[in-house]
Amino acid sequence: MTADEIRKAILEILHDIAPDEDLGDLKDEVAFTEQLPLDSMDFLDIVMELRKRYRIQIPEEEYTQLSSMASTIKYLEPRMQDM
Amino acid sequence: MASERPDHQRIVITGVGLSAPNGNSLPEFRRALLEGRSGVKPFETRYFGHTAAGICDFDELRYQKRKEVRRGTRAGSLGIYCAREAIADSGLDWENVDRSAVGIFVGVTEHGNVETENEIYLIKGYDYDTRYWSHHHNPRTVANNPAGEISLSLGITGPHYTLGAACAAGNTGIIQGVQMLRLEECDFALCGGVSESIHSFGIFASFNSQGALAKHDDPTKASRPFDADRNGIVVAEGGCMFVLERYDSARARGAKIYGEIVGHAMNSDATDFVLPDSGRQAECIRLALRRAGMRPEEIDVVSTHATATVSGDVQECIALREVWGESGGRTLINNTKSFIGHAMGAAGALELAGNLPSFDDGVCHATINLDRLDEQCALPGLVANQPRQAGRINAILNNSFGMLGINAVVIVKRV
Repeated sequence: MTADEIRKAILEILHDIAPDEDLGDLKDEVAFTEQLPLDSMDFLDIVMELRKRYRIQIPEEEYTQLSSMASTIKYLEPRMQDM
Repeated sequence: MASERPDHQRIVITGVGLSAPNGNSLPEFRRALLEGRSGVKPFETRYFGHTAAGICDFDELRYQKRKEVRRGTRAGSLGIYCAREAIADSGLDWENVDRSAVGIFVGVTEHGNVETENEIYLIKGYDYDTRYWSHHHNPRTVANNPAGEISLSLGITGPHYTLGAACAAGNTGIIQGVQMLRLEECDFALCGGVSESIHSFGIFASFNSQGALAKHDDPTKASRPFDADRNGIVVAEGGCMFVLERYDSARARGAKIYGEIVGHAMNSDATDFVLPDSGRQAECIRLALRRAGMRPEEIDVVSTHATATVSGDVQECIALREVWGESGGRTLINNTKSFIGHAMGAAGALELAGNLPSFDDGVCHATINLDRLDEQCALPGLVANQPRQAGRINAILNNSFGMLGINAVVIVKRV
């Protein structure tokens, strides 16, 4: 998957997790928690949806890599290049 | 005894919020009951297939965001809707109420089945790899979940819990509210019951295996308590929450008072897992009457539990005959499950609520779908199919009985 495809996939997941939010203005460089009302259970939702939809297993110690859209894409690109 | 209680120990109903299969407010619900309108519809569920159920259509997004609905349970949504409606109805200055002095006591028949069935269904698609089991499972299935979601939604920091009392849970929630207010463990009690049970296939399958699930070509006619052709239970979802407070504080703030809870009782059959015991039911009714300081003939309306099982309806009628004896006839008898099916944890609370407006309009609503009365259920005072203008209604006795022989009776009087 390309960076753009990964971004689209993450937006789809975020839309399911935070269905009341307008994601149109989401800034890639800013942490998700500073732009959206997400708590720790929501982050686990992101991890779980990546697991369910793309069979990606993310170790707990690497969760911090998912703090923003930019860092998430950077983390996932090498792991999803064959998808 | 009720007449001797000081005002600080008298407990009154000052708010009602509900969702029934045929109405999402007390006025709507009452109108449907007086017009004979059923809320039972065709329903299809995983594995079990086509059946009938009482389905609610309240607006989940009235008090919750989509995210909250997704995070929580249907029972939680029902609880939140009913609790918030009850608070609004009570006229309480909610912004200035001490939230630590509010208790939440929600009766449930079961909780957790819906979520567990869903998760097992989903994990099958991942070959039972438990890494795909939801982190939401535990907070969704803890038994206090429906009450806890109300606490979160309303910012209530007083005690909250659910009461597991099978089909007597709605009355049990009310009784707990009364007791906690008398103990001064809270100043307001949000209490009643909820049911999300139709979203579990297991409840349908189990009643069916037991031979206790209703079948009828017309869903609106499937729930037929006391009818000779009744063949079982219609499962329903629903919720009803009351605001209870002490009479002195209700009067001081000029609250609208629906009625006073003047008597209650709970006991156990201790006889059978599923079959009810008329003798213990009669004992429970008599205990409630004694605590209310009332004689049976002083009850104007008996809201029966009757679920339309062949044996259960008969047992309740035997109990009523035993208590009312020769004085029956003046006391009118009705049944709300004939309209909405069996709303499980919400049943007792909803069925009481549907009768409360009779204090104002003097009408006893009917038990519908009574085409051919089972002679074993022939009771003087049974209001069949059409509501009856009764003149003045002052006292309602509300029965709820559940599996494992749990019985709960509540008596409410006009103030």
